[in-house]
Amino acid sequence: MPLDILRRLLTPILDPVPTSRYPSEPPLLQAATRGLPEVDLTACRQDAACIEICPTAAIEQVADDRAADAGAAASAGRSPEWSVDAGKCIFCGACALACPNAAIRMSSRVELASADRAALVERGGPSESAAAAERLRSSIAGRFGRSLHVRHLDAGSCNGCDWEIAALLNPYHDLQRLGIDFVASPRHADLLLVTGVMTANLAEAVRRTYEAMPEPRLVVAVGACAISGGVFAGAPGCGDGVAASLPVDVFVPGCPPRPEALIEGMLTAIETRRAGARAGASTGQDGLRGRARTGSVEW
Amino acid sequence: MAKTTPAATPVVVTARTVRELLGRRLGHSIAVSGPADELLVTLTAAELVPAVEELRALGARHIMLLGRERHGIERHGLLRRGVRRTTGLAVEEVLAIPAGPIVRVGVELPAGAIGDAAGTDAAATYPGTAAGTAPAPAATYPSLTPLIPAAQWDEREAHDLYGILPAGHPDLRPLAVHDPTVPYRHFVAHGDGVYQLPVGPIHAGVIEPGHFRFSAVGESILHLDARLFYTHRGLERLVEGRSFDAALAVVERSCGVCTVTHATAFSRAVERLTETDIQPRARMARVLLAELERLYNHVGDLGNICAGVGFHFGTSRLGWHKEELLRLNEGLTGHRFLTGMVTPGGLRRDLDERGLAGLDASVAELDHQVRSVVRQLVRSGSFMARLHGTGVLGAAEARRLGALGVAARASGLSGDLRRDRPADGYGELDVPLTIASAGDVAARFHVRAQEAAVSVALIREVLRRLPDGPVGVPLRREAEPGTSTVVGAEGPRGASWIWLMAGPGGTVERVHLRSASFANWPVLAGVVPGNLVPDFPLINKSFELCYACTDR
Repeated sequence: MPLDILRRLLTPILDPVPTSRYPSEPPLLQAATRGLPEVDLTACRQDAACIEICPTAAIEQVADDRAADAGAAASAGRSPEWSVDAGKCIFCGACALACPNAAIRMSSRVELASADRAALVERGGPSESAAAAERLRSSIAGRFGRSLHVRHLDAGSCNGCDWEIAALLNPYHDLQRLGIDFVASPRHADLLLVTGVMTANLAEAVRRTYEAMPEPRLVVAVGACAISGGVFAGAPGCGDGVAASLPVDVFVPGCPPRPEALIEGMLTAIETRRAGARAGASTGQDGLRGRARTGSVEW
Repeated sequence: MAKTTPAATPVVVTARTVRELLGRRLGHSIAVSGPADELLVTLTAAELVPAVEELRALGARHIMLLGRERHGIERHGLLRRGVRRTTGLAVEEVLAIPAGPIVRVGVELPAGAIGDAAGTDAAATYPGTAAGTAPAPAATYPSLTPLIPAAQWDEREAHDLYGILPAGHPDLRPLAVHDPTVPYRHFVAHGDGVYQLPVGPIHAGVIEPGHFRFSAVGESILHLDARLFYTHRGLERLVEGRSFDAALAVVERSCGVCTVTHATAFSRAVERLTETDIQPRARMARVLLAELERLYNHVGDLGNICAGVGFHFGTSRLGWHKEELLRLNEGLTGHRFLTGMVTPGGLRRDLDERGLAGLDASVAELDHQVRSVVRQLVRSGSFMARLHGTGVLGAAEARRLGALGVAARASGLSGDLRRDRPADGYGELDVPLTIASAGDVAARFHVRAQEAAVSVALIREVLRRLPDGPVGVPLRREAEPGTSTVVGAEGPRGASWIWLMAGPGGTVERVHLRSASFANWPVLAGVVPGNLVPDFPLINKSFELCYACTDR
């Protein structure tokens, strides 16, 4: 027994600290991790196998003006008419397996948050938003001196996003180290993390939760379901995401988004709000979408 | 007759047994179809209750009851393409005879026979949405709930979604469809000092939505009325007419943390309908994935029981180990919750070699860590004091209400599909049964801890035996339209069942998910009375029920 006690006393000294350093360091991914699909335009023969198999219709053929810029494809004599919507993608990899030309591979890109729904639709190969995530990460690291209080709201999810949100509180992700914490009541919350498709049965509860929050308030739509309905889009008991019911500030793609992606989403929301508040202060207008009442909103 | 324990006196039940038994009771000859392990009987509405009575006397246990539309397949044109046409409604009661076949008793109902039941059009069924559904007018049959209490939610759901009226059902309040224009009638207790405590649907923690109405005296709960289905999406309707592959993506995600269980049950149902045999490597890999799923859930759930007590040491340590397990999952499959692997015909992709390489050592080390935490928890008197005697579920009650999984095994029942109806690689493995008799939170804690250890042993055994070779095969033939099957898989929360009927051209005609949580929720509501209000979260976490696959 005394040995046992001694060992336990030494544990904090001998054991390495498990906590992640994200966002200062990139997320810890595995070799097999499935991120956003990427297409190799030179290999694409446009047989649309990926479009056919995609369970959420995330892949589309588009008549794209920017296609001409993709030099490699243009020189091969084809127009790369291809886009993937990160807000619909469930990262199942069916497209990569279905492609007869091996033109699609699952990249390791998992940090995909954006304040702009349209920006989640990626065309052709890797886009500038990968670099944006990197920039954001470096700009945000170390900026937290204040606190952000988050309320989780399930608007009809499969429980996957919710478990990843819960994982933010484990010793690895340890969300509190960033000055972010979960609160029990929406009345204490600055930010609403919404998961799920927005079911008819929850419409009233979701509305009242949002209304109970003090202003200024941020809404982050978490996961493919909250952004677009995901695999449940078109089901009779629900809508296609929460944007029709709530003013969404930031969309966080994923099925579910991993904890690092959730952190990135919340940080993006803060950045967006901060930028909006600055712009509002300088132009004499309200901040983001006119809902930030003052120009001095800071977290 | 019902008292004969099937394990002690194994009765060989065959199609002939069922035919003679039901023929005698009903006074006419009965046609029994289907393979030897899945018998199908079609009766009239009036014959349903006596037939189920007879089958129950053989020891048959209720699995599910579902409503559906009957569609005729009309063949047109040169290619004889099938076209769906609604011809009426049907209900089907599915029972399992221990160590015997599954027996499905179907009753065909006309569309619009008797009609005072709920929705007859899409707007009434799914108020507030632009629904693409059109349930046929009401039909009726005598309710099975007075005979089988476990069937109560099934019948309410069929009533809600198909307008099928179970005559004599004691509680036909809406279940799946919440109409905001009609006030919901809560069942509450009245009397001196009795007050009501409404909780939810939005809860304080990071958990799913559900409304709990406690009737309490002081801190003691007299009655709990749970209203769920807030996350009802209507996914069974959604996948009708879709290809099996497209339906799989939805079925797999009916619950985000039992993805392997649901995908496996669905895939095996498709494989049965298409007579497809999967490769040896896929059979073993499915066991590996199922046990990894059980392991991360059980480790996380043990941690959540600590959270229910407010003992953060356990929550923190086990949350950490769960995170490590999720990373192993990701290394092996590319996804933290193991999606995108199991598919009809085997696996969609092979296990990742790099993830496979260190898996045995990592799992062994985690097993060591988790055991050490559990040992420390069990030695903590103040922690165990909260667990002992809390939320007691007796064996008789568990059997009566149809409890499943950990909840049933912690109350002395022996059901585990991995042993009872082994499929995939389970037939080649010895799955030790973990059982406890106290039926309280402590028993569920112990059963979970032991099952986690069993999962580790199974994972390591599978890794030793995992054969080389391909993991996927194409389906052997197209499923015959109108054929159906029922398949179960033992998940972390108990047995989840899929009822699947094929439509024309390899599509889903109707799929029904009877998840383990769906069966256990009414059990939980029955366990809570007599306990303290502050113990409810703890009892809830010891059952660890999922709302998403209950509500669908």
